Amino acid sequence: MSTATQDAAVGTTPRKLKVATVSLAGCFGCHMSFLDIDERILPLLELVEFDRSPITDIKHCGACDIGLIEGGVCNAENVHVLREFRANCKVLIALGACAVNGGLPAQRNHLQIADILQQVYRTGHGLAEGSQIPNDPELPLPLNQVHPVHEVVKIDYFLPGCPPSGDAIWVFLTQLIEGREPALGHGLLHYD
Amino acid sequence: MSFELETATVASDNLRRVAIDPVSRVEGHGKVTILLDEHNKVHQVRLHIVEFRGFERFVQGRPYWELPVMVQRLCGICPVSHHLAASKALDVIVGADRPTPTAEKMRRLMHYGQILQSHALHFFHLSSPDLLFGFDSEVAQRNIVGVAAKYPDIAKKGILLRKYGQEVIRHTAGKRVHGTGSIPGGVNKSLTGGERAELLKDAYQMIAWSRDAVKIIRELHEQNPALYDSFGNFPSNFMGMVAPDGSLDLYHGVLRAKDAAGNILFDHVDYQTYDTLITEEVKPWSYMKFPYFTSMGPEQGWYKVGPLARVQNCDSIPTPFAEHERREFVAYAGGKPMHATLGFHWARMIEMLFAAETIKALLHDDDIEGSDLVVTGERRREGVGVIEAPRGTLFHHYQVDDDDLVTMANLIVSTTNNNQAMNTAVREVARQYLDGKEITEGLLNHIEVAIRAYDPCLSCATHALGKMPLEVTLVDAEGQELDRKYKH
Ligand code: SF4
Repeated sequence: MSTATQDAAVGTTPRKLKVATVSLAGCFGCHMSFLDIDERILPLLELVEFDRSPITDIKHCGACDIGLIEGGVCNAENVHVLREFRANCKVLIALGACAVNGGLPAQRNHLQIADILQQVYRTGHGLAEGSQIPNDPELPLPLNQVHPVHEVVKIDYFLPGCPPSGDAIWVFLTQLIEGREPALGHGLLHYD
Repeated sequence: MSFELETATVASDNLRRVAIDPVSRVEGHGKVTILLDEHNKVHQVRLHIVEFRGFERFVQGRPYWELPVMVQRLCGICPVSHHLAASKALDVIVGADRPTPTAEKMRRLMHYGQILQSHALHFFHLSSPDLLFGFDSEVAQRNIVGVAAKYPDIAKKGILLRKYGQEVIRHTAGKRVHGTGSIPGGVNKSLTGGERAELLKDAYQMIAWSRDAVKIIRELHEQNPALYDSFGNFPSNFMGMVAPDGSLDLYHGVLRAKDAAGNILFDHVDYQTYDTLITEEVKPWSYMKFPYFTSMGPEQGWYKVGPLARVQNCDSIPTPFAEHERREFVAYAGGKPMHATLGFHWARMIEMLFAAETIKALLHDDDIEGSDLVVTGERRREGVGVIEAPRGTLFHHYQVDDDDLVTMANLIVSTTNNNQAMNTAVREVARQYLDGKEITEGLLNHIEVAIRAYDPCLSCATHALGKMPLEVTLVDAEGQELDRKYKH
């Protein structure tokens, strides 16, 4: 941890920053990469507090300083959650290839959704006879295409990579928490 | 067909809907809906998988050698499982019937690294808060941060166990998440002496900490059998892969299934024929399919996979500490199969110990520094790859044409295999704990505790696609139409 961050943590116990994270149409790999900061999570917890996130039981995002979005937008529910994050987070970050540009799930964009449904649920391999496409109102409405998050709301920072490494996430977050403009140097910024 | 409490028998407009949305401290996107009447009697409970992605369809037309790196993006928690299951299917297609010892051991090392990190993540980061603080404890404390504050030693071991597994993956696959180490017919790297020494340095510590973890969960069972033995307890079949000699092997073997009483249903089955055993049913309210043994039908033929199934499906575990713990587990259950939902955690920690011991053994094997990495043979058009992923049996099935392009893909992911079991578990728990009560957050968390025991990777399970009989329009920040959802 840099000295600046340590300084910030001692003394007049400043208010902890609130961080919310969510996975939309992603694979959770970006969240895993976040956890790949390993034991550095312990000093980080001196500085931040988690709001809604897959690792807490807070189901709706409250007022937050930093929001991290993994995954693109593939259904109506994603749109709703993304807007909830934008409305509540001062700084919103697109974390990883899927959030930045749609990523691998956007490979479906050149296909007709009707065809895909048909193949997966009706004519697919090994299905029970008479299988139908799921259509319950509890299931969110899928969009024709997978969208990067910046097409739906304003995004403040983009962190590329599939996933961005734990080190990249660590450097980015500590700089942001210190109040500096985040800049990832050579070796941390990659586009796999 | 419909199970008890799957579909309310009274008109749903007379019922109140309570939703757990999203299910948290699991990987992926899911929600639970519960329908209650005015006396809080439970009429319907469903675990819905609400997202779709369409991998099976959009890998068609891609060159087959892209599959191991593409399909792992189904899931960032167990990417190695998909990476290796796809590679194993492609071994069949490129005719690599016997990968070299170096290739097989590198893949095993990668896989057991994955088992270790995923089981550690699941137990410590996601589930331990419920077990250590209580199911209806304070929401703000009920997470890994709370565990780190109250039990810093446990949290730290969990974090470092996961880290070690991730480092094993990095050295074998090139990268912690979404590596590229395994290819059709073998691997593209072996370990250097330096990497091997670096991993060996901590291997014994990981075994010791894994033993501690088994102890934690075993003691929880022993201290509170009334809760641990009865919570979400229901009989079902078990399925998993075992080595041909019946011992536990999570990388390669044959399929075996037992019924609820522990009698063998089938054994020594070559997984290339998996589709003669299993049929998948689709239900309108979930994007995740419901598989069952075809011969037994959907009502009787559903099963559990994953740690609880595997530890009881095998005859022995080939590493000493884990085998000792397996025997303790079997003795605790009194010689009968254990079906209690929380038994998953205990079995999972035994497997984590097995993974730690196996990693140590592989690191002592000189083949992992070998240079003979890839083989090929007679090209085929079809292959099935199966692996025991952290959450259970994972099937990848591909067909490839003469131009090397994929023409068919069928995946049954671990969590899909557990779909009916998870739904039964949440209904059981709703019946046990919620029926007739005023619903509180703590009571609802009981439902999630049952789901978490399965460690469902709802992320993996969302590879299918669905559509709705409605229409929405997505507009951007300026009100411009971006997208319109598919109209039925
Ligand atoms: S960017 Fe990569 S790691 Fe992150 S969610 Fe997308 S596929 Fe997963």
